[in-house]
Amino acid sequence: MTVVMLNGERREMNGRATVAAAVELAGAPEGGRGVAVALDGEVVPRGEWATTEVRDGQELEVLRAVQGGA
Amino acid sequence: MFEIAGRTLESRLILGTGGFRNLQVMAAAAREAGAELATVAMRRVDPSARGSIVEVLEEAGLEVLPNTAGCFTAREAVTTAKLAREALGTDWVKLEVIGDDHTLLPDPTELLAAAEDLVADGFTVLPYTNDDPILARRLEDTGCAAVMPLGSPIGSGMGINNPYNLRLIVEQARVPVILDAGVGTASDAALAMEAGCDAVLLASAISRAADPIAMARAMRKAVEAGYEARQAGRIPRRRYAQASSPEEGIAELPSAP
Repeated sequence: MTVVMLNGERREMNGRATVAAAVELAGAPEGGRGVAVALDGEVVPRGEWATTEVRDGQELEVLRAVQGGA
Repeated sequence: MFEIAGRTLESRLILGTGGFRNLQVMAAAAREAGAELATVAMRRVDPSARGSIVEVLEEAGLEVLPNTAGCFTAREAVTTAKLAREALGTDWVKLEVIGDDHTLLPDPTELLAAAEDLVADGFTVLPYTNDDPILARRLEDTGCAAVMPLGSPIGSGMGINNPYNLRLIVEQARVPVILDAGVGTASDAALAMEAGCDAVLLASAISRAADPIAMARAMRKAVEAGYEARQAGRIPRRRYAQASSPEEGIAELPSAP
């Protein structure tokens, strides 16, 4: 089991802990459409989600566009 | 019609999407305003959220312009811009780096630092800036594609607090000037255009109006009217009246009963 901070909350990840799995766990839309991820403050390109492993204690921010501005 | 970074825009009204009570009202207002570009913010995924703002905007024929709202440092803003590029597939960003929660005024040093980093990374940077002609010039010198001075603080509806500074910014700028923030009602938008701005960016004045759709229509007309008046060339201001009827041929009539 891997324990990470996912969007500010402590979450447990079972099985293979990847960025792709974290995106799903965060409740992102199917396939993570319109979503971007920062792992410990660094952007992880979509193409690397499935192969980027997440370790205990790492921080993930999973973001998408919302209403905002002026 | 005007250009930002080689891209032609028909509409001189850019819509912020904050404050609309739902996505349907937002889309209807966007259509009524005739906007082609709409800002969005980047926030944590909310599993309970319904509907995708990007899809709704695209259906309404608008393109998204991500902002970095909520960022207080250059580092946060640069990362947020990169996340937006990854999520939305655009390298355009409305750069906001705020100094405090109370005024939401831009932090000039962080803003300039973020602009330099993002321009170097290939972004088309549209910075939300103070109404400071020197800062606007510095932002332009770093390679920003436009400058977006505030009229007054975000959401304040106070209009253009410093029209003199705004004119200075317009006079010196070699990139488009977009009035961003502070518009309260249609006359504020018209004044910005009459001052020579290339476009106006607004949200709250429409989204928080009692009737957002009607206000969107009013804003479209105000932006068009202000632009056309600027092009038409206004008459100079005078201290005294100037008769508009002929002074010749006035009849001599009894002046007293």
